[in-house]
Amino acid sequence: MDGAEPPAGIFVNRKIMRHLVLTGVAKAYGATLALRSASLDLRGGEVHALMGENGAGKSTLIRVLAGLERADAGQLTLDGVALRLTRPEDAAAAGFRFLHQEVQVVPGLSVAENMHLAHPLPQRWGLVDWRRLYRAADVALGELGIGHIDPRAGMAGLGAGDRMLVRIAATMIAGAGPEPWLYVLDEPTAALTQPEAERLFAVIGRLVARGAGVLYVSHRMDEVMRLADQVTVLRDGALVSTVERAAMDRDRIIFDMTGRELGTLFPARSGVTGAVVLEVKAMCVPPLAEVTLAVRAGEVLGLAGLSGSGRNALLKALIGAVPRRGRVLVDGVAVAATPQTAWAAGMAYVPRDRRAEGVMLREGLGRTVVLPHLREMSRAGFLDHPAQSRVVADRAAKVRLKARGAGQPVAELSGGNQQKVLFARALAGRPRVLLLDEPTRGVDVAAKADIYALIRGLADQGVAVIVASSDLPELIGLCDRIGLLQAGQIGREMAAEGLTEAALLAAIYEGEAA
Amino acid sequence: MGQSLRSYGTLIGVAGIILLFWVLLPGTFMTARNWLNMSQQLSMLIVVASAMTVVMAIGDFDLSVGAMASLAGVVAAVLFVQGYGVPVALLGALMVGVLGGALNGALVSLLGILPFVATLATLTIFSGAAFMASGGKTISGKGIPDAFSGFAKGGIALGTIADKPAVLPWLSVLALGVVAVIWVVLEQTAYGRRLYAIGGNMEAARLAGVKVVRLRLTAFLFTGAGAALAGLMYASRVASANPTQGDGLMLTAIAAVFLGMTMTPGGQPRVLATLTGVVVLGVLDNGLTQLQVDSYLREVLVGAIILVAVSISAIGRRSLGLR
Repeated sequence: MDGAEPPAGIFVNRKIMRHLVLTGVAKAYGATLALRSASLDLRGGEVHALMGENGAGKSTLIRVLAGLERADAGQLTLDGVALRLTRPEDAAAAGFRFLHQEVQVVPGLSVAENMHLAHPLPQRWGLVDWRRLYRAADVALGELGIGHIDPRAGMAGLGAGDRMLVRIAATMIAGAGPEPWLYVLDEPTAALTQPEAERLFAVIGRLVARGAGVLYVSHRMDEVMRLADQVTVLRDGALVSTVERAAMDRDRIIFDMTGRELGTLFPARSGVTGAVVLEVKAMCVPPLAEVTLAVRAGEVLGLAGLSGSGRNALLKALIGAVPRRGRVLVDGVAVAATPQTAWAAGMAYVPRDRRAEGVMLREGLGRTVVLPHLREMSRAGFLDHPAQSRVVADRAAKVRLKARGAGQPVAELSGGNQQKVLFARALAGRPRVLLLDEPTRGVDVAAKADIYALIRGLADQGVAVIVASSDLPELIGLCDRIGLLQAGQIGREMAAEGLTEAALLAAIYEGEAA
Repeated sequence: MGQSLRSYGTLIGVAGIILLFWVLLPGTFMTARNWLNMSQQLSMLIVVASAMTVVMAIGDFDLSVGAMASLAGVVAAVLFVQGYGVPVALLGALMVGVLGGALNGALVSLLGILPFVATLATLTIFSGAAFMASGGKTISGKGIPDAFSGFAKGGIALGTIADKPAVLPWLSVLALGVVAVIWVVLEQTAYGRRLYAIGGNMEAARLAGVKVVRLRLTAFLFTGAGAALAGLMYASRVASANPTQGDGLMLTAIAAVFLGMTMTPGGQPRVLATLTGVVVLGVLDNGLTQLQVDSYLREVLVGAIILVAVSISAIGRRSLGLR
């Protein structure tokens, strides 16, 4: 970072500050109300943080702003004039730009070409004018004080942070329709290192100094406290509070974010545990420096932590899908770090992204269920069809799967039923250890209740369970104890019973500050 | 609904084509003799296309099969000329096929080279090797033992039809045997299920404990060995070997698998569907030839029919929301 002072005020007062107001925005997906009544007041020259738990409606609100979803109700006005957002083009015309944590770039092209993806390349006699192309990119990068990126460099060599900066700088390329003034950054630092994040913050400062507004969506309290001029908190699809910088208070924000009803979704804990089933000794897998843990029969261990804290990596390492160091034992026997030995040793895994990592969408669901257990369900390599059908039918009933039969393609099932297919798969062996990554992501409430009952039922039968989740009520309601992944290790463990969401969230943020 | 319509669409098309030729070519098309002939002509293609189905089940493909067939035929012929007997020559040619397949498999699975690139390169290598081994000439004549070339002439006697003996050629029997073996491997073994799992979702298969790298490698042994066997069959049939005689097999085999995929639910490559695909292509060729359609026009028509079938299938799949 070059730490340059904010640019001279040439652009700053060139026009009046823009002002976008959203009031009472509602959006339903089928029977699920994603947004009930969300309101936002965004101004140029300000960083406005948007906070809320998973499911609070942040993503839906952003999709509405981006013109990807049409709101069912509510008003939008831009500078006092009613604004209609029905297509992504409308959002672009209104001057909105969106940056997600996974920045989309073309790695094979140069930085300058990537910056011109949305604009025509400068040309001369019908050929690309490379000199002007690089100069335009240089100017745009310079506007934001980004001095360390060479426009001629290949995009492939840039880290996640620099890619994001390039994408922001691309919006500075002149002559690209309506001038952008509102930048929506969705968890921009989730995949960034600390120095990368600092560079991003400097660029955000430049943007704001130029009169642009930033809607900053983040789970990271420290960043919000540092950057935001305003904080809006959503809960259950509705506005809870909007607070100015002077009145911002960490505990107050946490209080506003939490407080969802836990309801009767969760089965009762038996509290009975047996011998240690899963033991992990000094396991090391990036970003985790060293993890040691033990889970007993009948116990459900929750893993909490901010995104990027290593929840996903920990479970992938346990199933042997990524290289790891350290020792993993099931019932006292060491398990090698390959998925086939892990499954054979009685570990079963439900991945976070079921479509990409779990199911075979086009094939009959039975195929997915039996896949890890083919050895046990065949004789001398030949498939034992009756045994397979029996197991598939039995486990499908156990997980209360709604499907026409084993031959129905997974793609035809709802998200909840696809997830149940993966639970049927986990049960098809005789699992000793259940590794669950976001077990109810994108699952409707009824299926959620089924899945929670199933997990607790398995624990009661002596299975050791690990649940990694970003859904705090889920962790508190389902687990016996919760480990916090912080600074590359399990920093602190808490009993789930009696824990409040606010206390858990505060503990997660505490570890971040430490 | 849409699914079954799509599956049956191609089958109805096949029946329609057969019916058309039956009507247009009374007395010559729908005869046992014609079909027995066709079965022999198509036997090499059946073997290669069946083996190709294995590789395509994991989502890869093998462009080198045609060149491998040529190479294997030449290797056998060279061994004959040098005085080796039939067992040695057959074994030698099949070994070349297995080794070539292992090379393809290693390039694709161990090094992670795209199958298109890897097998395009080995296609060139195998083809060059066939030219080198044969000196660029056709190897024929006295060197080729009767025991070898006689195989293609023989068959199972089916009695007499119209005062002439009807014979199911050994080549056809062999081809159907290969289909049966590959059907068992793909449909009845855990190995086959794992191959389809890799083709369906490679990352999910890996996380479920499938040894993706090892299995991808072994799948290419099938195309290598299958291509070599087809090369031997061809050499036996024409009692000679030349370095280009297998070249036409590759594109037609891939076309047959794709045609077959239009008939299966979920659009997967399945070996019986592939066999149907081969029959479609063979019937078209046979009928159009008998109708004395110009051979260039014939190619245009066959290509167009493949396109129509695959397009209908793609449209059907899009309406199902499956890409």
